[in-house]
Parts: sequence; structure tokens; C-alpha cells
Amino acid sequence: MRPFDYQRAERLAHAAQLTAQSDTLALAGGTNLVDLMKLQVETPQVLVDIGRLPLGTIEAEGDGLRIGALVSNTDTAVHPRVRADYPVLARAILAGATQQLRNKATTGGNLCQRTRCYYFTNIDQPCNKREPGSGCGAIDGIARIHAVLGASTHCIATYPGDMAVAMAALDATVEIASENASRSVPVREFHRLPGDTPERDNVLEPGEIITAVTLPAPVGGTQIYRKVRERSSYAFALCSVAAVIDLADNRFTRADLAFGSLAHKPWHDPRLADLLIGKEPSLALFDKAADLLLEDTQGYGENDFKIPLARRTLAAVLCEATGVEA
Amino acid sequence: MHLKQDKPDNRNVLDTTAQGVIGAPLTRPEGLLKVTGTATYAAEYEVEGCLEGVLVSVPIMSGEVLSIDEDSVLAMPGVVAVISDERLTGRAAQGTAGEAPFQPAQTVCYWGQPVALVVAETFEQARDAAKHLVIETRAQDVPVDPEKVDTKVEETTRTGDLAHAMAEAAHSVDVEFTTEGHASAAMEPHAAIAQWQDDSLTVHASLQMLKFNRAELADSLGLKEEQVRLVSPYVGGGFGSKLGISQEAVAASLAAMHLGRPVRVVMSRQQVFQTIMRRSETHQRVRLAADNEGRLTGFGHEARVSNLPGESFAEPVLQSSQFLYAGENRLLQLEIARIHRMTAGSVRAPGEAVGVQTVEQAMDMLAEKAGIDPVELRLRNIPEKHPANGKPFSSRKLAEALREGAKAFGWEPRPRKPRHTREGEWWIGTGVASAARVHAVVEAKARVTLRPDGTAVVETDMTDIGTGTYAILGQVAGEMLGLMPDDIDVRLGDTDFPAGSGSGGSWGAASCGSAVFLACEGLRKKLAERLKVADDGLTLKDGFVRWDGGEKALTELLDGKPLDATGHFEPGDSTEDMAISSYGAFFAEVAVNHWTGETRVRRMTGAFGIGRVLNARTARSQCLGGMTWCIGNALTETLLFDPNDGHLVNCDLAEYHVPVNRDVPDLDVLLLEERDGSASPIQAKGVGELGLCGGAGAIANAIYDACGARVFAYPMAPNRVLAAMPQN
Ligand SMILES: Cc1cc2nc3c(=O)[nH]c(=O)nc-3n(C[C@H](O)[C@H](O)[C@H](O)COP(=O)(O)OP(=O)(O)OC[C@H]3O[C@@H](n4cnc5c(N)ncnc54)[C@H](O)[C@@H]3O)c2cc1C
Ligand code: SF4
Repeated sequence: MRPFDYQRAERLAHAAQLTAQSDTLALAGGTNLVDLMKLQVETPQVLVDIGRLPLGTIEAEGDGLRIGALVSNTDTAVHPRVRADYPVLARAILAGATQQLRNKATTGGNLCQRTRCYYFTNIDQPCNKREPGSGCGAIDGIARIHAVLGASTHCIATYPGDMAVAMAALDATVEIASENASRSVPVREFHRLPGDTPERDNVLEPGEIITAVTLPAPVGGTQIYRKVRERSSYAFALCSVAAVIDLADNRFTRADLAFGSLAHKPWHDPRLADLLIGKEPSLALFDKAADLLLEDTQGYGENDFKIPLARRTLAAVLCEATGVEA
Repeated sequence: MHLKQDKPDNRNVLDTTAQGVIGAPLTRPEGLLKVTGTATYAAEYEVEGCLEGVLVSVPIMSGEVLSIDEDSVLAMPGVVAVISDERLTGRAAQGTAGEAPFQPAQTVCYWGQPVALVVAETFEQARDAAKHLVIETRAQDVPVDPEKVDTKVEETTRTGDLAHAMAEAAHSVDVEFTTEGHASAAMEPHAAIAQWQDDSLTVHASLQMLKFNRAELADSLGLKEEQVRLVSPYVGGGFGSKLGISQEAVAASLAAMHLGRPVRVVMSRQQVFQTIMRRSETHQRVRLAADNEGRLTGFGHEARVSNLPGESFAEPVLQSSQFLYAGENRLLQLEIARIHRMTAGSVRAPGEAVGVQTVEQAMDMLAEKAGIDPVELRLRNIPEKHPANGKPFSSRKLAEALREGAKAFGWEPRPRKPRHTREGEWWIGTGVASAARVHAVVEAKARVTLRPDGTAVVETDMTDIGTGTYAILGQVAGEMLGLMPDDIDVRLGDTDFPAGSGSGGSWGAASCGSAVFLACEGLRKKLAERLKVADDGLTLKDGFVRWDGGEKALTELLDGKPLDATGHFEPGDSTEDMAISSYGAFFAEVAVNHWTGETRVRRMTGAFGIGRVLNARTARSQCLGGMTWCIGNALTETLLFDPNDGHLVNCDLAEYHVPVNRDVPDLDVLLLEERDGSASPIQAKGVGELGLCGGAGAIANAIYDACGARVFAYPMAPNRVLAAMPQN
């Protein structure tokens, strides 16, 4: 860990102003950032503690719900409206990390959590994300947890989290403030693909602070979060699927799907809903959906298994949601 | 009292005593301290003026350190010194080595080897400086893949003609397996605080075997053993990783000696994974030949393991294969590949932890081929005498464990056919495996003192690594002296006390328990002499001494003065003349997800014969821990090495997946009481390791029974299960 200055932001504008400086990072729950600082992966000179900013509430917003950036993952997961109207989100959060971590982890921090790529977290290894231009240790290394969709020759890391996958399925929106402006970005567009700038995980610019995530009006349906992992808790997904599914007259009327741990972002492919809606659920149809989803996959040896696994996990979720028997 | 045990001791003295505490499921005397965070572990001592040291590793697999530029950090805030003394050790010592591990640290043999220590006033300063220290190295190209280097045969046992037996067999199995490397993954990281004063060194350390560790540390530093004192009353898990001294203890000591100030060195979690003993990966082949009734005519087990050049240890994969099952035509062969990964050494149950499960999977395949209930197949193949050396077996509860375990588990005795039960998405199946672990005892001493107030003190440098040593030694002494264990103060983990056996190889309880037993026999003799009666005529209970014709309070007999005796136990011919091992059986039920191949263990029963049970609660806990390891071994644990530069990639507890609570279902443990007079004078064998010797095979067999996937590569991660699962 490098020595750093610690500053506590009293107001949002102040936080934005401070984090606009180079080598300055916002500190929320610290469960990701502090770990990475100990490993010298993150080396900010200044930490701006945003923990006292008034971003810690969950409020109704129209028919939807606005979850402040500093609300803990636990508080979001147990919130009565989240449980009633957005169960996929509650389930996704509860599938992540541990109770202790969820008590500290925040909405904003969870969205911005960094990849678990083993080479990213080891400063003696090449990594274009950590040190642009140094190479990618994972591509011909141990790529078990890496991306099979949307990767580049510069980086094959995944966004590892769960919460944002459910938010992508729900088509939530990230609210962002800078010193004098604010904007909102759909969760589906918040994370980026690595391209040739893998050092950027998402679209946040220096000096921008996430203030909240808003969920649109509830849509009901069957909501499922399915996380495949080696052990039954305290493990990141090998592959996950968030689904909001509705049927009328045994035909799909809604099929909002997002996938975790397959790409540098929660993966949402609008073509899947187009394919499914209006059709009768069947194993053959689910297979077609998987064909579409996995059209452009590329494995890197160790992670080849994710491709059939994603297909099967999608089928499992759709079977569960529609009652089709395997 | 000194005993070199050349003959079995079948007197079963502890069954004739009156106190009734031996074997009782008493709680640990130190339990409250531990769960309230008030037991002081190595790094936690508050030592005035203590400096903080951080080990500095280099990222090459093999090569030399050319220079260490101290000036690159000496001006940094708080930095006091850079220690790059030639006596720094790059590796940990093997268990019971009793001499310095490989020196100097500047010769680099694996990725991440520590080569220097940065010492500063605060931990943060030292850690930062450690990352800044400029070290020039010359790397040497070495092979990375242990499968691609030549091997040397370590050990071969050959009788009859296995190939011929295979060709003639009514049923045969010939399969290959791989197991990945394992880490001990103890919760407490390796840590030491060294203090150098008046030419003598005191080190608070986290170590398993102080008698050996003291010799190792003294040898590493060029000191006499008498100059070194090790203190290690609580150890937050060892599992083999703290058998020998490791780099931090030597580095802290050297720094303290150079600087004349106390120095603390605590490894980071990453350093623990990268530099401490690993269990070798293995590549195994198992061959079984059987007649029509499933009786083995041939048994083959070959294994390939790896270690660093120059290390004597080779994961003893075949250890129990030597005698577990019959078969007159035998070939057992162990080969070792030299590879530049951190030292391979003893990780809990070395050998059997990966060697039994493969044989047990092969046995399952044989049972299927022969159309025999897998439990029955095992029962049919229990040999009469040791198949290789003809020695008689001492106690052996294998058949009882299989039978009793089957009953407790609700095993259906029938030939197996997979894919019989489905619950929604989940395939449900059950599997069985035998358990076996060789027995060992080592020399141990303990002193027991009766205090004038009628309480007692037990002292030995034996450690309690979480196993329950404090509890059981108090019970042995209490039983022998007629005292409640609450009245016995057990003091451990200090080389100022008589040298015990250390904790390792499941030998601690039997060895140190015997030393305490002998000390108490000595005390009983002294008491009898005072009373002028034969010592076997004494009954000691609740602080009173009774004999034919009289009774006296112990306090009265002591008459205001303490009375002590030292017990000295040495293994002798009794362990040579017999084939002594612990046995058991595992039964597992698993659910395998049809879609994802995820496997969850739903319940598990283990039945074990471990000789005399000294404390039913702590013995059960050892078995629970072992069975939990079976789950990790079967499903998740794997050290992943980079194929390009050989570094360990998953070096923390988030990425090296030991089982979490939710992975561990109800585990049922049956302890089958037995007495083994050849094993030790207290008729006890070991319990610490048996619980993980084979159980992963029961899980593998259950996976097959559930979904039809035979997985030959451990751990059986979802992708491996899916790939092997029949798709219809
Ligand atoms: C062992 C372990 C297991 C885990 N398992 C899982 C899992 O299974 N699934 C899962 O989803 N997650 C998992 N996590 C990750 C965990 O969810 C994240 O660490 C947590 O959500 C981060 O939130 P935080 O508030 O602590 O963020 P911090 O650590 O404080 O910050 C993380 C990053 O976000 C930035 N940031 C924080 N808040 C804002 C804001 N409002 N605006 C702009 N930037 C901001 C920080 O600058 C920093 O770069 C695990 C973590 C650990 C340590
Ligand atoms: S995959 Fe991305 S994060 Fe991982 S080493 Fe390559 S560049 Fe770095």
C-alpha cells in the first residue's frame, strides 16, 4: 500500500471536485478498493471518503424506485419494495459475496467493482487494464474466469458482479453527478467493452460520482437470478443469468435477460427478447436463443466450458420460468 | 518414567482407573479464550519497541539474485534496514527435518520466493518499502509443466505379475486420475516475533513441532539450540504448513539479531499461498484385476508427483495402497518430477489424502463390472495379512466401519446403476469409500507436577493446532491422577518445557498422551512408595487415594510439597512388528445439477476406528474437519499455476476455494471404540488425518451414481462433471 491522503467529502459537489483530480479515488464501502490498495493494484494519492454524503436512502421515484449510491447491498436486498417488485435484484445481491461484505458494500461501489482477473491483481504480471501497454497475462495464461463474449486482444477480463446483472435485466438507470452537471446512463450501457482501452471499466469520467440507480416501474413476471459457481456461497459466478419473464396464452410477452461473468460488462442482447416474444416456449426455442446469444463467442482454452455452460444455464432459467420440462 | 515400547501394552490401564474422564466429550479448556479472541496468537503479542518486517519476493521461477539495492528504500520514511543475510531461507523446512532448510535465499527456486526482509517502524512503511526495493535478478529458463519433465522412480513394490493378472482377470479396471495441488490454507498466516537479548533468542511463532523447529531455527542461524526459545501456545491451524520453520521466523530472527530490537514478520495471505508448502499435484494410474466373485488377483497403483530439485519429500500417494486391499500380483510405483514450484511437503494426510480416493473410485468401477454391491466388494477384499511384508495387522475396524457406516447411513446393499433418482433439476446418488491412514508415533516427553493443593500441572512443548491437545492431555492426566480436568493446568507450546512430539502425522495425541501417561504412572509409583503399597493397588479418584485398607486425601499425602515426574515415551519394536493403521469408511449422498454440473454434498457419514477415543468431542471434530476437507478436495480445491512463468495465480481465500458453511451439510461421525496396545501404551492411534483419507472418492462415486459422470480429474468442478455427464 502506498501512503495516501484521506479526505472526507462533505457535499456532493465537493466530492466531484476532489475526484476530478488525478490519482484521486472515491471511497465507499472500501471492500474492493482497500483490498486492491493493499496489493498496490490501486495507488491513489488521495482517497475521498464519500461515506457521509446523503446518498444512503431508497425512495419511490414515480412508479419506480431510486436506490442511493451509498445504500448497502444488504439494505437493498431486504427492502420490502425490492423484494416485492424487483425480486431478481434481491436474489442477485444475496447470491454475491457474504453477509459481512454485503453490509459494507454499496450500490455505487458494487457497480464499479473491478475485475477478479488474477493477473490484474498481481502487480508482477503484465496487465493492460492495470498498466496500459504492458500486455495481457491472462490471454495465454489461466483464463478460467475470463470472458467469452466481447473481449479484445487487449483484455479478456469480466465484470464479475451480480447486482448489476439483475439491474441490466431490469433496465435500470445509473444517475451520475459531476461538479456542475448530472446525467443518467442505462445500466446496460454503463460498463464498456475493453477494446483497446481496457483500463476503463465503465463510462464514468474523472470527477463523476454515481448518486443513485433508478429502477423503472415494476413489470412483474417471473424473476430469476441463477448463479453457477463452484462452491455454494462466497464465490464469483462462472456464469449467471438474470431473467424477467412473462407469458400470456403460453407465449412470451416479456423476456428480459442479462448474463454475468461472460463479458467485460453485464451482457444484454436485445435480439433475445425479439426472438422469444410471441413464441411458445420449448427446448428448441431456448436452444435458438442460446445460438443467438453465443453467436460470437470465443473461448481461451481454460474458459471454453463457459460457452456450453451459458447455453445450459439459459435453458435452465427459461425452463424454470416457463414450466417447460427438461 | 521412560518407555521404549517394544511390546504391545494390552493392560488397558485407562480402562481400570476410576475417575471416568478419559474419552468423555469434554469441551476444550481454552475454547472460551479462542472464541472471545483473547487467546494470544503469534503476531498478537505486544512487545515494546517492536519493528515490523515485510518479506520481499522476486517474480522469477529460477535464477539468482545479483544485487539488492538497499539505498532504493533506506531513505523512505520509517525504514530501518534491509536484511539480505546469507542465512535467510528461501523455503520452509520439511516436517521433522530438524535442520536448516535450503539456504541462501538468494538462489531462487520458485516464483515468489522471498529473498530479503525490509524492516521499518510501522507495518505500512515496511510494506510500501518492500514494493520499492530494487532487486536485480538473473532468471534461468526452466520447464513449467510437471507433466513435461522427466521423472525418477522413488519407490517400487512388485510381487507376482500384474500384467498377467490383468489379462486373465474376469473383471478388470485400468484408469488414470489427476489431482491438483492443494494448500493447507490455515486461517492464521505464518508469523513470528523475534527478540534477541543476551545472546539468546526468543521467538513467538506459529509452529506445529517445536522440538524440531528449534533445531531448524538454530541451525539456520548458526546458533546453539540452547540459545533459542520458541513460544507457540496457540496455533491458528497448521495442516502441515507449520511443521517446519518457514521464512518469516528466520527472517525475523536475523533482523532482531542484526538490529538488537524485536522484529515482527507476518506473511501476507498471498505470501502464505505462494511460498509455503503445497501438496503436490498427482497423476495416478490404478489397475485392479479380479475373479468372478470380485476377489482381487491383481492390484496396481502408480503415481507421479513433483517437488523442487533437492527436496527429499515425495507425496506418499501409495502409502495405504500397500495394505488396504488384497491381490497377490502387485505393482506399486511412485515417480517424482523435479519442478520449480514452491516446496511440496506435508499437507494434512500426505499421501492418503489423494491416494485413497482414486483406488476407491476404481473399486467402485470394479463393483459395477462385477455386479456386486460396492460395500460387499470391499468386504471381500480385506487382506488377512499385510500383502507386501506379511506382517499381521494390529487393530483394524475396516469391516465394522463399512457395515456400521452403511447401517447408519441407510445404504441400500445392491449392485449399483447410475441415474436412478431425480429431484427436479437434481440427480441424487450415493457413494462409499474406505478410509485408511498409516499410524505413527514419535518420541515425546512431558512433565506432570502434583501441586500441594491437590491440583496438577502438565508441561510439554507439544502444540495445540486447534485439535484439542489441551483437552486430551488434561483428561489423560486427570484419569491417571484421579482429578477432574478442571483441576489440571495444561501448559503447551514452549521449548522451555520437556520436548513433546509436536503435532503432525496424526501422532500427537498417541505420542504426547503416552508421555503424560508415563509421567502419571511415575507419580502413582511415588505415591504408592509413600504408602508402601503396590502401585497397581491404588485407586485415585476425586482427589483421594484409596488402597486396600485405607484412604487419604491427595493433599494430605503431598504434605505441602509438590511432587513431579517426567514421562518419556519412545516408539520401539511394537510398531515395527505389526502393520498398524487407522481405518474407516465414508458414505456420501450428493445432488448433481442436470443443467450446470454443480455438485452439492447433501449428507455424509464417516465411521472410524482410531484406537482409544481420548475425547469424544474433539475426536469427532477432527473427523468433521477431515470430512470437510474431503468436500474441498472432491469439488473445489486446486492450486492454479500459470503456464508461462509458473506463478501461483489463485493465492487468496477468495480464489482458492475451500468449502464454506453452505457446502458442508450434516456430517455424521461414528467412532468405533477399539484398543490397540501395539499403537501406543494408551492404546490410541491417530485421528487428525483419517477423516480425509478416501472421502473424496465416496463423493466421486456418488456423483457417478447420481448422474452417470465418471470424473477422473479432481477437483470435480462443474465443467468437468458436465463434460462427463451422459447427455440424454
Ligand atoms: C471476497 C469477496 C467476494 C466477493 N464476492 C462477490 C460476489 O460474489 N458477487 C459480487 O457481485 N460481488 C462480490 N464481491 C465484491 C463486492 O460486491 C464489492 O467489493 C463491493 O460491492 C464494492 O462496494 P464498496 O462500496 O465496498 O466499494 P469500494 O471498495 O469503496 O469502491 C469500489 C470502487 O468503486 C468506486 N466507487 C464507489 N462508490 C462510488 C460512487 N458513488 N461513484 C463513483 N465511484 C464509486 C471506488 O472509487 C472504487 O474504485 C466480493 C468481494 C470480496 C472481497
Ligand atoms: S484480461 Fe484484462 S485484466 Fe486480465 S490481465 Fe488481461 S488485460 Fe489485465
